[in-house]
Amino acid sequence: MQGISFQPEQASSIARSVDHLYFFITAVTLFFTIVIFSTIFYFMLKYRRRSPDERPKAIEGSLPLEVLWTAIPTLIVAAIFVWGSSLYFQNSEPPPGAMEIFVTGKQFMWKAEHPEGQREINELHVPLGRPVKLTMTSEDVIHDFFVPAFRVKKDVLPGRYTSMWFEPTKLGTFHLFCAQYCGAFHAGMIGSVIVVEPDEYERWLMGGVQGETMEAAGERLFRENGCITCHLSDGTGPAPSLLGVYGNTVHLTNGQTLMADDAYIRESILSPAAKVVNGYKPVMPSFQGQLSEEQIVNLVAYIRSLGHSLDNAKGKQQEEGKK
Amino acid sequence: MSTATLEPRVQAPRNYLNADYGWKSWLFTLDHKRIALLYMVSITFFFMIGGFFAVLMRIHLIEPQGALVQPETYNKLFTLHGVIMIFFFLVPSIPTVLGNFLIPLMIGARDLAFPKLNLLSWYIYVIGGLFTLYSAIAGGVDTGWTFYTPYSSTYSNTQVTAVVVGVFINGFSSILTGLNFIVTIHKMRAPGLTWFRMPLFLWALYATSIIMTLGTPVLAISLFLLALEHLFHVGIFSPALGGDPLLFQHLFWFYSHPTVYIMILPAMGVVSEIIACFARKRIFGYKIVGFSSVAIAVLGFLVWGHHMFVTGQSVYAGLIFSFLSFLVAIPSAIKVFNWTSTLYKGSISYEAPMLYALGFIGLFTMGGLTGMFLASLATDVHLNGTYFIVAHFHYIMVGGAVMGYLGGIHFWWPKISGRKYPQGWAALAAAIIFIGFNLTFFPQFILGYLGMPRRYAFYPAEFQVLNVMSSAGASILGVGYLIPLIYFIWSMRYGPVAGANPWGAKGLEWQTSSPPPPENFTQIPVVTEEAYAYAAEEKTSRG
Repeated sequence: MQGISFQPEQASSIARSVDHLYFFITAVTLFFTIVIFSTIFYFMLKYRRRSPDERPKAIEGSLPLEVLWTAIPTLIVAAIFVWGSSLYFQNSEPPPGAMEIFVTGKQFMWKAEHPEGQREINELHVPLGRPVKLTMTSEDVIHDFFVPAFRVKKDVLPGRYTSMWFEPTKLGTFHLFCAQYCGAFHAGMIGSVIVVEPDEYERWLMGGVQGETMEAAGERLFRENGCITCHLSDGTGPAPSLLGVYGNTVHLTNGQTLMADDAYIRESILSPAAKVVNGYKPVMPSFQGQLSEEQIVNLVAYIRSLGHSLDNAKGKQQEEGKK
Repeated sequence: MSTATLEPRVQAPRNYLNADYGWKSWLFTLDHKRIALLYMVSITFFFMIGGFFAVLMRIHLIEPQGALVQPETYNKLFTLHGVIMIFFFLVPSIPTVLGNFLIPLMIGARDLAFPKLNLLSWYIYVIGGLFTLYSAIAGGVDTGWTFYTPYSSTYSNTQVTAVVVGVFINGFSSILTGLNFIVTIHKMRAPGLTWFRMPLFLWALYATSIIMTLGTPVLAISLFLLALEHLFHVGIFSPALGGDPLLFQHLFWFYSHPTVYIMILPAMGVVSEIIACFARKRIFGYKIVGFSSVAIAVLGFLVWGHHMFVTGQSVYAGLIFSFLSFLVAIPSAIKVFNWTSTLYKGSISYEAPMLYALGFIGLFTMGGLTGMFLASLATDVHLNGTYFIVAHFHYIMVGGAVMGYLGGIHFWWPKISGRKYPQGWAALAAAIIFIGFNLTFFPQFILGYLGMPRRYAFYPAEFQVLNVMSSAGASILGVGYLIPLIYFIWSMRYGPVAGANPWGAKGLEWQTSSPPPPENFTQIPVVTEEAYAYAAEEKTSRG
């Protein structure tokens, strides 16, 4: 048996601010608990029945008091609402330049794939002091990625991507829990987030079995599955060129527009007819059941690498040319 | 109008208990009081089964690796504990036992509006319950009482369908009971009993009945869809079949959040009755307390999304649900302040019902305040799905609803049975329950903040000390619950005769004899005064 601690470690950039709110609400809770308990005890003693035929005068109520004890809690909960919401709102989007890792949940393990192609199971290596964005999906039921030391948690759903981010501020190994009941060995779906110095992270990425990067794997899949036959890069094929699609506006046949993001790319691979690009026919076959979630994220990574915009794509090509 | 205090007699006068004997007179009874007793026996049975599962779970969690059963079995234990306690104990408890028994007595009527429907609801409840028990024997179910898809619809190979059918059937019992109560309270009040002369218990049950009637059909249809998908793979919830896994959560919580208020509102009503009686005061701010019940019932339907802050729902949906969840806290706070103020300048005595009522206020206050951590988005992200949630809702459901139910049983037991029970033992049981409860559930707040997820059959060793504390508390709590069972059964035969009104309480139910005659009142009473006219007692009794 180990001793009790009363606070989980603070190991991310937001942990401290979440704890401040936590302590504030604790203080409010304690304050009201003490006020109510001591008032009740005081009344219990002071007004205890002294003779069996006491008949105290009726008190109808008091409008000023009712207004007062409606207004005070309203103000307090309004303050907590604003505080909690603004904190949540600030933390809802990762800062620009966050590195990205793909996470797949599966009964009963966590699989992670780094952009450079390094994979790990039930462990997640991340560099200290760098924002990390996780894009997550599940191969079966709903899971939940929970790192108490980072004060972050997000459901991991089958059939769609969810994302979360954190910036580790402390070296060490921290619990990773599945916080959504997922079946027989739910309690065993735990792992570690290992925070290391950035240069050590780089070494870790290079070490071990050197696989291909996610982009390279995606490019290979793009060829092997015949995507390349129709999605010609010059736009002359029966399917739109994917150069510069990612992160840009796409016009659809139904007149709507949307921003091409991970979820859209994923949907277009699995349900191609759902949102067809204007000017093209719904002729693409579905790859539902033919690609694993990990292969799909590799394809997404490749299509993303084709450029957030054409300018970026050009810039990238030039950069590569210089090398 | 008032009945003379009964002298202890060798031959008890005719009442609903001795009016007829034999099993048929019980199983085919249309008397709301007998049906209430049928419910009391049934829900006590289910409470003991649900409690037994809880005890096994707490024993199992003494060791980090799990001391008692396999993880699969543990998962079935917490699922059946939740299903039985919520659908077969907490939801029906106060409405079907105390509500059934007291609504006609409190409004001066001879029965509920639809006595046959009332008996039918009990039969539906029993059939639903037996179906669920069957599933427990035939292999159990491991989805959690929340039945989240696609685990429940596609992946679980346990008796999901049987349990869902059991809960589905039971839902109709709730709907019929709610309907019966609404009609009865609208149409059958005695002459002079205006809405604002009604005891607050009736206001609370009225609000509860509205939730039951409007909310339960949504649960029924969600479970129906779930069973369809589990059996025939129709593709409503499973993304692999083209469904939406979160749709089920929206549907489920649309009923199951208001359900929390089905459990707590009646308990609040009971507490209002008890505090008024034992402080001999009219409830401070009567109308506001009554309206706050209705406000809770209405707002309760608009907060379901707070169960889904971490599912990836839109940030703006999160903001709105967070806001509404904070709003629903306010009428609850108002009630607590009004109960406390009722004690002011009262004449307070501390018989067992009052101890439970005061225990309720304390534990409900803590349960309600800790709800703020979960309504607030940034803190909920950390606490959602952990033991913090488990502690929070047990403070509301066990600290609140069960304390309210026990308080009500202790308060009206002399009316129900015609007998008194030993006050010393009752006070001791109340104290044991209060201490055992806090020892069980307070450590779970800390566990949750430290990050221990709920529904874990085994856990990292650093959480052991708090788990052992919680398990120790559970065993104390278990003893606390057994004591009343013993002295209530004892009192039915050996308890001193109670008389019509042993507490000197107001309310029409105390004006008829104990136990009441089958027709409740020999003459329908006429109401001439406000509820809780404790101050006026002197004039009438001595004038």
